[in-house]
Amino acid sequence: MEKVNIIGAGIAGLSAAIRLARMNVQSLLISSQASERAQSVLAEGGINAAMDLMGESDSWQEHCSDTLKGGVFLADPNAVAGMTAAAPGLVRRLQELGVPFQRENGQMIQRNFGGQKKKRTAYAKSSTGKVLVNALIDEVRKAEAAGLTKRLCHHDFVRLALSEADGQCLGVWIRDTYGGACLFCPGPVILCFGGFCGLFPGLSTGTSQNTGDALATVFSQGAVLANPEFIQYHPTTAAITGKRLLVSEAARGEGGRLFALRNGRKWYFMEEKYPELGNLMPRDVISREMFLVSRDPACGGEIFLDMTGLSPETWKKKLPDLRAQILRYLKLDPACTPVPVSPGIHYFMGGLYADEGHRTSIPGVYAAGECACQYHGANRLGGNSMLGALYGGGVAAESAAADASVRGCAGTSVGEDFCFSEENETVSPAFGQRLGAILAQGLGIVRDAQGLEGALEGVRGLLRQPGITQAEARRCLLGEAVLRAALARKESRGAHYRSDYPERDDAGFRKTTLVSLRSGRMEVSFREVPARREAGDKYDARHGVSKSGICSKSSCREEEAGDEASG
Amino acid sequence: MKLRAEILRRQAGGEPYLQTFIYEPADEAETAASMLTNLNARKPLRDADGKEASPIRWECSCLQKKCGACAMRINGVPGLACDVKLSACGERIRLEPLRKFPVVADLIVNRDIMRENLIRMHLWLEQDALEPAADQELAYDASRCLQCGICLEVCPNYYGGGPFTGLAAAVPAARVLQLEKRGDGHGSEAERKTGPGKEKPKLFGRLRALTGEKRALPLARAYEKQVFEGCGKSLACRNICPAGIDAGRLLASSNAVAVWKRLRSRKAGRES
Ligand SMILES: Cc1cc2nc3c(=O)[nH]c(=O)nc-3n(C[C@H](O)[C@H](O)[C@H](O)COP(=O)(O)OP(=O)(O)OC[C@H]3O[C@@H](n4cnc5c(N)ncnc54)[C@H](O)[C@@H]3O)c2cc1C
Ligand code: SF4
Ligand code: SF4
Ligand code: FES
Repeated sequence: MEKVNIIGAGIAGLSAAIRLARMNVQSLLISSQASERAQSVLAEGGINAAMDLMGESDSWQEHCSDTLKGGVFLADPNAVAGMTAAAPGLVRRLQELGVPFQRENGQMIQRNFGGQKKKRTAYAKSSTGKVLVNALIDEVRKAEAAGLTKRLCHHDFVRLALSEADGQCLGVWIRDTYGGACLFCPGPVILCFGGFCGLFPGLSTGTSQNTGDALATVFSQGAVLANPEFIQYHPTTAAITGKRLLVSEAARGEGGRLFALRNGRKWYFMEEKYPELGNLMPRDVISREMFLVSRDPACGGEIFLDMTGLSPETWKKKLPDLRAQILRYLKLDPACTPVPVSPGIHYFMGGLYADEGHRTSIPGVYAAGECACQYHGANRLGGNSMLGALYGGGVAAESAAADASVRGCAGTSVGEDFCFSEENETVSPAFGQRLGAILAQGLGIVRDAQGLEGALEGVRGLLRQPGITQAEARRCLLGEAVLRAALARKESRGAHYRSDYPERDDAGFRKTTLVSLRSGRMEVSFREVPARREAGDKYDARHGVSKSGICSKSSCREEEAGDEASG
Repeated sequence: MKLRAEILRRQAGGEPYLQTFIYEPADEAETAASMLTNLNARKPLRDADGKEASPIRWECSCLQKKCGACAMRINGVPGLACDVKLSACGERIRLEPLRKFPVVADLIVNRDIMRENLIRMHLWLEQDALEPAADQELAYDASRCLQCGICLEVCPNYYGGGPFTGLAAAVPAARVLQLEKRGDGHGSEAERKTGPGKEKPKLFGRLRALTGEKRALPLARAYEKQVFEGCGKSLACRNICPAGIDAGRLLASSNAVAVWKRLRSRKAGRES
């Protein structure tokens, strides 16, 4: 079988590579920078799994329904059921890979996270993503030593090679950013290039590496986007030079409280308005409340996160890195002083359309992790995205391997003549910042038609500028796609709040937004969210849905038996 | 206050030269990284003599000291550009690429060798960790290495391609060695309880042990050769790690597992 090409080496890409190696399928793990520098290492708070370690009789079914509810019923319920049911097993697998999850008296413990009543977030102090990535890298290194995986760092995604005859993916063009040479890699492609925070330079909590340009390219090549209008504003961030610093939700999970000074007195508005979950309401709700409270003339505009009640023990054992960061970059000690915070762009629920098997709209191309639309619907619960990346990377790998064994080799033909022009493939920082400011203006926490139309006009103005590069034009088109999706969704749901359509409209819009670009025309449409399958039916990336839940193919049974033996 | 930023520039294949830029930080919080971002956003970028300059090539990602991408020499000292405040630099700042690695362009160096060294070292778990690390704090600390290469830059014994792979290999090795220290049980009762997650983690199954050897012998051997034998214990690397990793403690623990314990068992004739 031909090699599978994985673009992006964060948690999703690493997970895909490990799964492929486990199936004895070779892969190339291609990324702009090494895994140690992926955005995944920034994840602090933890990863969700209903392991029921805290005596709260938790279950994956509850995790599933919390996720669907948090996403305001836009996520694919079958996919979410698959992910939440697999979660405890995945976290145990991470333990076996030696991830030093938090323990107390020898027992692993879990913490509270937003939008969920039970303690189901597994963590390692305040650097969960970092320790998780490191364990996954060790496993990939083992696959690399066995000749199954090859890591190509400092290689950028350039474009997909698509067959002119039937639009199938033949492979991918990549470029060595150190040497400058372009390289064609034949075979299926799993896209794991992360979110598109680069569309908003300096305004998000993410990394400068996730420019969004890979997504813009794939979109311009015909891949369909799903739900791109759902952009998560994390309630507790603060501006530092060049980006926004996240104050992890773990701070609230451990007891941090939001307040505003109303007529000079502390007003714990979340606790007052939402007595049940209080400071741990889903992020969309808190960000919107903060937006409103900060505009209340009695409140003086500023909102604070009060972590002064946390015990010295909690700071030391559970949140040491968070405190160090705040001390370093905000110059105050959160153990003694409330920290001024405001919502900032943090996560992209939408992205490439991907079905339950993580297949995109282009045959032979798969997407997993933050670049794909799966699992989070209209709003993501904290702790679910590392899980989605880990699980989704594995599912995408299974689908890619299964399809390739049916399809056979696409051959090494390139499909098109290709010539890379560095000049045309660069987005100048100044241009990126201008576009980002326009988009952020239209795509804030509270949106309306006027603001969105204004932003759209601004983007079109940039597009008409003489001398813009192709990469700049593509970025504009991606921005336009997000704006158009936000305009078309004439309701309020999750992270998408329209002041001109403040109500949720299930009849009209409990649907997946799809945006496509065909022969230069951009189209927005809506598709029904898949219906929930019956309980016993099981999905398998290789054979689709099977009634009994047991796969009849002998090859599958053998592999499961193998898992059993080695487990 | 205006700042003179001297940057050691080099285009692929060309000779290095110093180019000076004038920069005025907007506030106290500005770092070497924000200066580079802002200089590159100038259109056109001109040096102190008014000459047009190409964008300065450098690497960054997280901008908050968590990824190691932006390691370089700042006023002669290796550090992270997103960590060094301009206000601490006075009227002049000099940026140069790390010296122990091949220069790609301007401030970018190729650190691929660090990745290769870890493969050479057999740095992975041969078998599943059946128990958590004996020392969780240590395993956590060892997981925090950024692979930035700053410790290699200051180490008198490290040079690229040499047998000694330095602290950047020793630190991550400490986690795996720590895990191999135990391995006599199967985790706690609560963890074994499969409960709702009965589904096996098929998506993410086990890779076969590569060497067929039990536990981490290949790693322990490599550790002895690549770290233990080469380290002069001068601790020039102490206090330079931007992640604040306590290298001394990790080394002592790894030495105990990989060297002293094996030495004992060799004496007892259990290992050839
Ligand atoms: C500050 C912060 C805290 C977070 N905390 C949590 C948390 O507590 N819990 C949780 O579940 N989630 C959290 N998240 C979200 C979570 O970290 C990410 O959603 C998740 O890690 C995404 O993983 P990924 O593999 O999809 O992408 P990433 O980790 O973003 O990796 C993307 C990869 O793609 C590569 N790439 C990008 N563009 C290109 C290109 N053009 N060519 C080639 N390669 C490219 C990059 O080099 C990188 O290797 C947090 C996010 C942030 C920013
Ligand atoms: S040990 Fe510290 S200095 Fe050395 S590579 Fe790791 S993070 Fe960098
Ligand atoms: S103690 Fe000295 S020789 Fe050993 S790694 Fe540190 S600097 Fe290098
Ligand atoms: S950019 Fe990540 S450490 Fe500086």
